[in-house]
Amino acid sequence: MLTSKGIKNVKEGFPLKIQADEVKNVDIDFDQDFISKMVPKLDWNALIFAAQCVGHKEDLPDTLPEGYENDEDLLRKLHHILLEVEVINGCLECPETQRKFPISNGIPNMLLNEDEV
Amino acid sequence: MSKRPEHQAPPEVYYGVDEARKYTQNSRIIEVQEKCTERALELLTLPDDQSCLLLDLGCGSGLSGEAITDQGHMWVGMDISSSMLDVAMDREVEGDMLLADIGNGVPFRPAMFDGAISISAVQWLCYSDSAAHKPAKRLYRLFMTLFASLARGSRAVFQFYPENDAQVELIVSQAMRAGFTGGLVVDYPNSTRAKKIYLVLMTGGGTLPRGLQDQNESGSLQAQYQRRERMKQIRSGKVPKRAWIMHKKERRRKQGKEVRRDSKFTGRKRSGRF
Ligand SMILES: C[S@@+](CC[C@H](N)C(=O)[O-])C[C@H]1O[C@@H](n2cnc3c(N)ncnc32)[C@H](O)[C@@H]1O
Repeated sequence: MLTSKGIKNVKEGFPLKIQADEVKNVDIDFDQDFISKMVPKLDWNALIFAAQCVGHKEDLPDTLPEGYENDEDLLRKLHHILLEVEVINGCLECPETQRKFPISNGIPNMLLNEDEV
Repeated sequence: MSKRPEHQAPPEVYYGVDEARKYTQNSRIIEVQEKCTERALELLTLPDDQSCLLLDLGCGSGLSGEAITDQGHMWVGMDISSSMLDVAMDREVEGDMLLADIGNGVPFRPAMFDGAISISAVQWLCYSDSAAHKPAKRLYRLFMTLFASLARGSRAVFQFYPENDAQVELIVSQAMRAGFTGGLVVDYPNSTRAKKIYLVLMTGGGTLPRGLQDQNESGSLQAQYQRRERMKQIRSGKVPKRAWIMHKKERRRKQGKEVRRDSKFTGRKRSGRF
């Protein structure tokens, strides 16, 4: 979902590499409609990449299967990885500049220095 | 009158540990943030019975976010004050938050959000806290990147506290420049305390809703007043010109008349005075 396009001269800034030093699992109610509405907005490869980064690739398929809207099992897995796995400490890394954005207390710090904008 | 917070210090300094702690302990602040958020959500006209993903710009301590959660939606918040975000974290709000300066734009993939709100924050962008801060440029960057991150047809609603008309003009003109249509909705315009200003921005056209009026005003007076206010606003340039022109064009189109193609220059001020 996030990009580092805000940095001067960065073209795509996506996907950001996630380094997860501390991960927390939270419980959030499953809303099938919300998740299936979310899926087409996501870049599948980036999602898989993010899942791998936080060690939750599990058995997510390499491509988005057709008929995912009715695949409750898959949607539940996506719900978990999208909403329930929280990186508490770690960082996000821009794929083009390797600029790192620290994550602390669950909040990514995307502030840029004046010479970066 | 007390000095405006915006004159005292940059937002990340003004909303330091103490102010952040005080913020969520003041019942009047809580109530105003809640009410404004509820009204902003109403102005977003989201689909019924569907949970949407919203962006909260200047989410602060998460009072606005909690009102979003209460309406059954998910949210992502951005704020420049880490103390405010820490308070939100301590209060265990449900949204995901980022420490970021909205004046540098919103860092999201295209069309991620079903809508965006901002409660009592955007006027901060009218002040420059360093030589490199250019308010018009920062506002434009915010609106341009926001436009891209919104799903087509969705809206963004900004409740804000302008210091003067020039700020209103600055904010509205940068939003229009970034491609939005829409304009201001003013609730309770003749009450100093209850008056609230909302900038309603649309990515896919639509008509601007009316502001709320005080209950004790009679219907006909209200209508008259609104018309007068509207004319006043148009004359003083408060109703964004582009939206106004688009509206007129739309009417002419419906009447089957030929109109000039809309361009990104539609309604832009030509250089030079008047
Ligand atoms: C009046 S408070 C509103 C807080 C919030 N709606 C809430 O419920 O707590 C304004 C907020 O705008 C934030 N703000 C001001 N300028 C900002 C900027 N350039 N980028 C991000 N946030 C900003 C401040 O840090 C502050 O938290």
